[in-house]
Amino acid sequence: MINLRIPASPAADDTVAAGQNVKFAARDVNVHYGNKHAIRGIDIDILENEVVAFIGPSGCGKSTFLRCLNRMNDTLDGCKVSGDIRLDGEDIYSPSVDVVHLRARVGMVFQKPNPFPKSIYDNVAYGPRIHGLCASQDELDATVERSLRGAGLWNEVKDRLADPGNGLSGGQQQRLCIARAIAVEPEVILMDEPCSALDPIATGLVEQLIDELRRRYTIVIVTHNMQQAARVSQKTAFFHLGDLAEFGETEAIFTNPRDERTQGYITGRYG
Amino acid sequence: MTERPPALPAGPAGTQTAGAQGKSPALTSRHMSDASRARLKKRYAAEARFRFYGVAAITLALAMLVLLIGSIAWRGAGALVETWVSFDVYVDPAVVSADDPANPQTNYRKLVYEGFYQQFTPALSRSDQRVAGSLISSGADRFLRNMVVSDPALIGTTVRLRTPAGDDIDQMRKGRIDRSLPQAERKITDRQLALYDQLVADGDIGLGFNSVLFTSTDSNEPELAGIFGALIGSLMTLGVCLVCAVPVGVAAAIYLEEFAPKNRITDFIEVNINNLAAVPSIVFGLLGLTVFLQFFGLPRSAPLVGGLVLALMTLPTVIIASRAAIKSVPPSIRDAALGLGASRLQAVFHHVLPLAMPGMLTGSIIGMAHALGETAPLLMVGMVAFITSVPSSLTDAATILPVQIYLWADRPERMFIERTSAAIMVLLLFLVVMNSAAILLRKKFERRW
Repeated sequence: MINLRIPASPAADDTVAAGQNVKFAARDVNVHYGNKHAIRGIDIDILENEVVAFIGPSGCGKSTFLRCLNRMNDTLDGCKVSGDIRLDGEDIYSPSVDVVHLRARVGMVFQKPNPFPKSIYDNVAYGPRIHGLCASQDELDATVERSLRGAGLWNEVKDRLADPGNGLSGGQQQRLCIARAIAVEPEVILMDEPCSALDPIATGLVEQLIDELRRRYTIVIVTHNMQQAARVSQKTAFFHLGDLAEFGETEAIFTNPRDERTQGYITGRYG
Repeated sequence: MTERPPALPAGPAGTQTAGAQGKSPALTSRHMSDASRARLKKRYAAEARFRFYGVAAITLALAMLVLLIGSIAWRGAGALVETWVSFDVYVDPAVVSADDPANPQTNYRKLVYEGFYQQFTPALSRSDQRVAGSLISSGADRFLRNMVVSDPALIGTTVRLRTPAGDDIDQMRKGRIDRSLPQAERKITDRQLALYDQLVADGDIGLGFNSVLFTSTDSNEPELAGIFGALIGSLMTLGVCLVCAVPVGVAAAIYLEEFAPKNRITDFIEVNINNLAAVPSIVFGLLGLTVFLQFFGLPRSAPLVGGLVLALMTLPTVIIASRAAIKSVPPSIRDAALGLGASRLQAVFHHVLPLAMPGMLTGSIIGMAHALGETAPLLMVGMVAFITSVPSSLTDAATILPVQIYLWADRPERMFIERTSAAIMVLLLFLVVMNSAAILLRKKFERRW
């Protein structure tokens, strides 16, 4: 919690520190969509200031599990989540947890860039406004600028903050969505295939951004692109048909997978 | 319409033979053969046929519309002008009291007829006076009364009174009565005709804009009947309908679409809303009669009750249109708002509603336009009554435009036929204005950037 407030330093150590906190702890998580058992008994620990990549073939449940982490699955009819998911030791599915508060702490970036049909400024300012984070207009302006800088978009849009957010290019829109997410200052950012609709250059920018964001935030990213997982993450989880087949250091997963399903997937035999 | 790429030079034929001898003879011939060209031609022909059907359908629809509006305008145009008679009337201070010109006992009628008889030279005999009296509207005294009440200084002077002619004279002036017919077969007697000719010769009779139509209420005398009362009644009824149906309908749509769990109960509600939209409107009238008049004891013929009945009838339309508009908002916008920690209500009010607004507005206005033209349910709650006063509150007896049209269409007088068509034109004008407003509002709110 505390080191969240420490500004990012370029000298930050990239390796996992020994005493790193567990941010998310999931135990025996099961998800049912009606009769379909989408997620089967997943146990996973996500450490603070770490990028965790979820990979796996389509329909394996990685997005479903991601959406469990900020309870976005609540909005789906017929979706039942059981098991235990703890954020900083607190059960996020307990009745005492306010889902609005949870989502302020756990932000999300979606697969398709989905800026609001409002100005760039209003897009970024929306989160701080609804949560009442900024007392004055100056503070809000500062937050918007900081968030846009954080998303690497400030120099491109600083002269046209009143322009519609939908008028940006796809990659810019996605970075706008990231700026919108970090404007709320969440502790964790969930990214659901954030680059699947972007070209390689925009993808490169977003990946670079993820690497910078990790100094401040914990990031969970779902991706279909294994090179991307290898590039941006420290830990990788491989999902297969609703099971967590393998979870470990990214390097180990890609160079020396223990599970034969992982091996099959990353060598391109299926998936 | 059917464009085809220009024929290629003889080259392909060469390749075709070469291909035929090559390893895949079937492939080159597949799209180059005569049979293939024939298939292509058939496809274009089908498209051309379909276009023709489309154009024919639109032409037919337009022709029907032109026929409808043309026939109404043709018949109603006559009602825009009316025959007016002008003559001098001496406002006798002995009859009209200067202190109280509005006194209902004042015999303006006597003044009008005395003045009118003076128009004719030589002086009319007693029996001729009765004939002359039928030339001007029996409501002529009302016009004199209004004149004097608004300007009491006229008392004791001679004023020039302008009053509508009787309905038969109006038709005569508009050339709808054939004077060559024998007296027994026409509506005007020879004696009336002679006096009419005298008025024409003096230049005291002429056509003028029919202000009566737009300023007065229903009357048994066609030349005195107007749509003003019905128009006010319509506006009041529509206002009640709008205030009741739109907020309830929009709220119901938002709840059903955004908050309600999807289960048997909501499915049942949905089916029933769709059914309600198809219920014949007279059934809503009967419902209103039972519930509002008999159970709640609200007054008959009141715009309040009419508006409530129309609101019940419009509600399903508003709900269905609003739900469709809300459904068309992409879910990614909701996800974005919820993912930022907006509550369900904030997501709906900040993001979904602004995007759904144009659709909901259009649905509501079209529902209102439908309600404006509705007649049947209002007959059931007594709005079909003969009302000669302008309603001043929601519980006053009133009638509405479509019912006024229905009532006038029943009248045998020739002049009412004109007025019926004129009232239809006013109603159509209202509908056009409302539908244009729907389009304009949609355009205005539809800047979905």
